[in-house]
Amino acid sequence: MPAVSKGDGMRGLAVFISDIRNCKSKEAEIKRINKELANIRSKFKGDKALDGYSKKKYVCKLLFIFLLGHDIDFGHMEAVNLLSSNKYTEKQIGYLFISVLVNSNSELIRLINNGIKNDLASRNPTFMNLALHCIANVGSREMAEAFAGDIPKILVAGDTMDSVKQSAALCLLRLYRTSPDLVPMGEWTSRVVHLLNDQHLGVVTAATSLITTLAQKNPEEFKTSVSLAVSRLSRIVTSASTDLQDYTYYFVPAPWLSVKLLRLLQCYPPPEDAAVRGRLTECLETILNKAQEPPKSKKVQHSNAKNAVLFEAISLIIHHDSEPNLLVRACNQLGQFLQHRETNLRYLALESMCTLASSEFSHEAVKTHIETVIGALKTERDVSVRQRAVDLLYAMCDRSNAQQIVAEMLNYLETADYSIREEIVLKVAILAEKYAVDYTWYVDTILNLIRIAGDYVSEEVWYRVIQIVINREDVQGYAAKTVFEALQAPACHENLVKVGGYILGEFGNLIAGDRRSSPLIQFNLLHSKFHLCSVPTRALLLSTYIKFVNLFPEIKTTIQDVLRSDSQLRNADVELQQRAVEYLRLSCIASTDILATVLEEMPPFPERESSILAKLKKKKGPGMVSEIEETKKERNVEMNGSTEPATNASTVTPLSSFFLDLLAQPAIERPHPTKSLPQAPLLPASFLFPGTCPLLPKRSLSFESTPSPSTDLLGIESTAVFNSVPLNSTGGSLLVDVFSENSAPVATLASAAEENFSSSSDLTSPDNNIDDPATAVHVSHDDDDDVDELSDT
Amino acid sequence: MQFMLLFSRQGKLRLQKWYVPLSDKEKKKITRELVQTVLARKPKMCSFLEWRDLKIVYKRYASLYFCCAIEDQDNELITLEIIHRYVELLDKYFGSVCELDIIFNFEKAYFILDEFLLGGEAQETSKKNVLKAIEQADLLQEVRMTCCEQWGEI
Repeated sequence: MPAVSKGDGMRGLAVFISDIRNCKSKEAEIKRINKELANIRSKFKGDKALDGYSKKKYVCKLLFIFLLGHDIDFGHMEAVNLLSSNKYTEKQIGYLFISVLVNSNSELIRLINNGIKNDLASRNPTFMNLALHCIANVGSREMAEAFAGDIPKILVAGDTMDSVKQSAALCLLRLYRTSPDLVPMGEWTSRVVHLLNDQHLGVVTAATSLITTLAQKNPEEFKTSVSLAVSRLSRIVTSASTDLQDYTYYFVPAPWLSVKLLRLLQCYPPPEDAAVRGRLTECLETILNKAQEPPKSKKVQHSNAKNAVLFEAISLIIHHDSEPNLLVRACNQLGQFLQHRETNLRYLALESMCTLASSEFSHEAVKTHIETVIGALKTERDVSVRQRAVDLLYAMCDRSNAQQIVAEMLNYLETADYSIREEIVLKVAILAEKYAVDYTWYVDTILNLIRIAGDYVSEEVWYRVIQIVINREDVQGYAAKTVFEALQAPACHENLVKVGGYILGEFGNLIAGDRRSSPLIQFNLLHSKFHLCSVPTRALLLSTYIKFVNLFPEIKTTIQDVLRSDSQLRNADVELQQRAVEYLRLSCIASTDILATVLEEMPPFPERESSILAKLKKKKGPGMVSEIEETKKERNVEMNGSTEPATNASTVTPLSSFFLDLLAQPAIERPHPTKSLPQAPLLPASFLFPGTCPLLPKRSLSFESTPSPSTDLLGIESTAVFNSVPLNSTGGSLLVDVFSENSAPVATLASAAEENFSSSSDLTSPDNNIDDPATAVHVSHDDDDDVDELSDT
Repeated sequence: MQFMLLFSRQGKLRLQKWYVPLSDKEKKKITRELVQTVLARKPKMCSFLEWRDLKIVYKRYASLYFCCAIEDQDNELITLEIIHRYVELLDKYFGSVCELDIIFNFEKAYFILDEFLLGGEAQETSKKNVLKAIEQADLLQEVRMTCCEQWGEI
């Protein structure tokens, strides 16, 4: 049942509101509103001057209509007129209208500012407050220009009332946020700092908020606030619950003020003065101790307020990052919260631990909780909590636990929410690369990523795996074998086809020796996916085919037949058509020598910054990622950075890549132009390619032992190719028998565990018909008789 | 705090307080999306979620959702208690507040909010002081209307 409105009822307004509520349809509502708007318009334009009460009523109706979501294009003048009334409620409605329906009409602004100025000068605290509230609510540049100079004066004047000081402080804060340049520092700043010592805690609260924001841009000006804040905080924390009277909230002394003071302290490094530092440490220890004591009340408000202070204190400890003892205690406290009944606390603990993980003192301590976090990932019902668990795993990852963490994240990815998959993919890719000791694991991980969440594997990720495979000879064979196997799955993701196509194109020769992955089989495998792929993928596959022509001349005619088919040569897509035509021509007229040169193996990529990191930063926003990345760098983890292979393979025509390759570093194994070899007579290339003879590159003489391409590529009998281990590769012998070992298959991942629900406390009281707007809210108040209070004092 | 929204379970907006300058269009868009997101949450889920680059803290009281958007460095638990304190204030003022009170006395809801939060920050955390300020304002009114029976059972 609606309660009685105190003071004036504005009955007309109430009737109007009920009419609207009773409208059965949207059209009826709009009709009623238009009727009312017409009525109000006529009243405003009418000859009779409206009395204050009516004006107020109509302005209020207009406000209501606006808040329903309809546009209002008149009434501003009348609202501004209300400002000059000396009836409080009329002023109030006028100000409310103006704050909500901000207007940029300069004439109106001038009038509004006048009204405000008058009220500010009125020395009536209630009117002054109204004016200050309006400025704070609107906070526009025009207002800042008009008033930013006056408000600091009001704030620090001795005769200003407490309530006005509070409003002035926060009003100034708002103006500073929107127009910092219009609020210059001055002698008022030291007086503001002094407000921290004020008797009235409301004033202290407002002043603290103001100083916190100002100190971020002007730390020097407000340095003295640190010691004042510390002493105030320590007084609060050690006070008995009766000391602060009305500022005690459910047995927690001044929680909002405590949190604000702790925030203020986070703007500064740990205090230099030993006494202040000591006091602060004591204070923080007290807060940590209190968390261990039995609660004084069962009410959730009590625990929320207490824990709010606790979490902020932990934030400060992490920010200072200077007291190992406190950090470890903080970590343990958070560890306890990780398994708390209340979901909110588990969420916040996970969030806090993320920041803790980047501190060198507590990184190890955080790692001890890995099992709990993994458990949370598997069992939490709430997706936001699970997401925090993922963030924490990412933050706590280092060489010792990378494999475990990546495995868990992959596991989670299988059932993760679609909205967060891309982020998880990026994170897994970054972790896998950073902490890979064995790059075969890295390749497996990325291929797994593609298998599980192919749609969310962005270009940066699969470019990267290719770069790494190209740069590391020891994993090329393994990569070739693994993609070959992965491609055999009946339904594989297009990204896998891209990666597989590229890798087989470059390194298919490494596995061609085995009967099961002979060149023809490789080609057929890729070509079977051809028609299912999009244009860019097909383009990539065409390049792979021409590389196959070079690597495996025995299937040249098969490939040429494919290239020659109408669907390629007359393909609607220009790029595909061009490639098919050119590659076909190239395969027909180029000698093996030329072909080998043109289609040389891709050289290693130069080192450059990881683009995956850049993408993750863009997604998450600069703050969190860069912090974690910075600390990871500091722990001396080597980054294998390289650029994207972007354009080389896909967009450059065969002939120009010929020149590119000339400039590149010499490739290492594979078919190569025989002109560089001392033996093996071949058709002189100049016969077919005039002018190109002198340009044939001189290979490094490490290839002396290798026979000419035309014989060795059949590969099956000759072990030459496979034994022509690049000079600087490490595990060279793997190229021979890549199928003999039981291949470490794409890791079988455990299915997502079933959720064990741990009940959390219910935040709302159950109501029979909660949808009924007339249902009263059962709200607990801290001054109610607390029958369930637990107190041992 | 960047903004506070109160809405019913049907998604009807009962109060909107914006502490950052945004165009009307943006406000409508944000409201629509956020209301949808929050209403989709199940009862036992936690009160916090990440949305765009903000943290959202919400709590349901009877038929109303109270939803605040805070910045990354703000404290979630204390915001939850800000919501509770606001509800307490409304409760004490209206005497066992329900959604209808806020519908019919929306301007009062805004006034009470202004006494408690200003520019997105808590200015007065003593319940007594806030209520005193509001009651003082009520006393200043010239015209006093007594309770109307017509209001009855709306």
